[in-house]
Amino acid sequence: MEPRQLLRNMVRIRCAEEVIADVYRDEQQMRTPVHFSIGQEATAVGVCAALRREDVVYSGHRCHAHYLAKGGDLRAMVAEFYGRESGCASGRGGSVHLTDQEAGFAASSAILGEMISVATGAAWAFAREGAPRVAATFFGDGASEEGVFHESLNFAALHRLPVIFVCENNQYALGSPVDARQPPGTSITGRARGYGIRAEQVDGNDVQAVYEAAHKAALHCREGNGPYFLELDTYRWREHVGPHWDHELGVRPRDEVESWIERCPIRRTTQALRATDPGIEDAVAAWDREFRAEVREAIALAKASPFPRVEDLLSGTYEN
Amino acid sequence: MRKLTYSQAISEATVQCMEADPSIVLAGQSVDDHKGVYGTTGDAFARFGSARVMDIPNGENAFAGIAVGAASMGLRPLVVHTRDDFMFLAMDGIFNLAAKWRYMYGNRGSAPVVMRGIIGRGWGQGATHSQSLQSLFGHFPGLYVATPASPADAKGLLISALRADTPVILLENRGLYGLEGEVPEEPVAVPFGKGRIARAGDDITIVAASLMVHEAERAAEVLAGHGVSAEVVDVRSIRPLDDAMICESVAKTGHLVVADTSWARYGFSAEVAAVVAENVPQALRAPVRRVTPPDCPAPVSWPLENAFNPGAETITRACLETLRAAQDSVPEIEDVMAGFIGPY
Repeated sequence: MEPRQLLRNMVRIRCAEEVIADVYRDEQQMRTPVHFSIGQEATAVGVCAALRREDVVYSGHRCHAHYLAKGGDLRAMVAEFYGRESGCASGRGGSVHLTDQEAGFAASSAILGEMISVATGAAWAFAREGAPRVAATFFGDGASEEGVFHESLNFAALHRLPVIFVCENNQYALGSPVDARQPPGTSITGRARGYGIRAEQVDGNDVQAVYEAAHKAALHCREGNGPYFLELDTYRWREHVGPHWDHELGVRPRDEVESWIERCPIRRTTQALRATDPGIEDAVAAWDREFRAEVREAIALAKASPFPRVEDLLSGTYEN
Repeated sequence: MRKLTYSQAISEATVQCMEADPSIVLAGQSVDDHKGVYGTTGDAFARFGSARVMDIPNGENAFAGIAVGAASMGLRPLVVHTRDDFMFLAMDGIFNLAAKWRYMYGNRGSAPVVMRGIIGRGWGQGATHSQSLQSLFGHFPGLYVATPASPADAKGLLISALRADTPVILLENRGLYGLEGEVPEEPVAVPFGKGRIARAGDDITIVAASLMVHEAERAAEVLAGHGVSAEVVDVRSIRPLDDAMICESVAKTGHLVVADTSWARYGFSAEVAAVVAENVPQALRAPVRRVTPPDCPAPVSWPLENAFNPGAETITRACLETLRAAQDSVPEIEDVMAGFIGPY
């Protein structure tokens, strides 16, 4: 994918999340806990750009960016936040249980690390079919502390499954920094290598670097060489859950947050393209207007859409 | 009809289903060894080999999720846990994913994983290798949970499980594997939610599941010698539960004893009592009695273990007491709050 397109995709996700965050805060009508990826867009966009439509992506609670990057329907996501029948999970899942099977966004779920195993299972099914499909799963540094992470990596490596493990190391689990949770002198990449898995640590705010690494990973999986592990260093700007900033509350040092805002993946890509593409800043400004309008339209549409019928409360619990 | 043991019936159902449906994969720790999980997986391994009968690493937590991921992509994993106690490690995948998959993604797709869990009661299996988890699994919407008592049901319920589009937990008591019974040669499915009258009777209803069905049948035999005609209801499925069969039986007999291999509190026996209390309270001519293990973990020492596990004798006594209580007139008991005055 061209850098310009990668940038455009990041701008779209940024606009979607910023508009949603404002409306969420001001209106209090989206009654579902939201976990924004603002500042982390390069990981979602870079990885998903390297995948095919038939490849599947799984995610955790912080999943909006992954859903949109894989081509998930924006209107259906917004409708889901509003609990509407037209939501991507018909109002039964909310912001942490997104799905768009047509786009290959298989599922997200909110228990830390569990989707690592589910993606491994999907890859197991693909390997058995001999299908050249790849499963990718996004999770954070916190999830790498779960037992399910280790058990899944062990199984995937043992059976050489086509799964890309994408660890977005944003350095925090809620307000707890990674060095309070993991021993010094070790790394998540190192632990993946301990299972004999090809693993790479990449600047997660450099969308081009992420894209190239993910491209290599997908090829590795597709050629039957087993799983691939990417640790992408990045940073979440907002609070763990909700639309607010948390450095104002002393959760994280202001300097630290500001230093990562300096490393904004959108700004970096824009600056990198300026030399060869002098019109890029105007283009970004135009995209910004276009996407904010698109999101506002999706919000208006969702609000005008019907809620699920209470008579259907039980439907979907069992097969019909 | 020809006879098979309970374990042969499971083995036959597995092989027949795997022949009919190439997407079924049998997976579990040591499913491919010489014991073949009490003789239930050896035939399938001999027939289909390691590609479809897979020994798996020790990682119940991840494997539950792996099975869900594979099932949602069209594979049909049949996972075996040689003790259901190990399934505590798999609860996230079972409850947070498999049971909710269809619902929480808005009726899009499903994760029809089948899990067999073996209950190892007896011979000092102790606190962590002999628990009966039917009440736990039965609590969660989105699952089918079955507890076959007979060889025919062990076969038929496994067939239903491997054809369902809903995740299924099958609980097998280790004590049943050698039990013989008539089993149809053809793959005949037994539906979930339909109980079975294991023995017909008029005076008292004994509701039971799995191993306790056999204890109840033995008790009914003893009771017949006392001139008592006991009806034994084998629920077969814990979820859905055949409320109608239980209530019809109690409406006829007016007396209810529930026998279970797990604890009374918040358990299967409590659920059966609640179903009767909600639907046919006027039918009860005596209080409900629950025959269950006492409220402590399972011990190992022989005499303690014998005292812990209820059997036919306990059921018999409970039935006789229940009937006697019904014959005597129960004195009126004053409301516990009557005459109560503060301070609070």
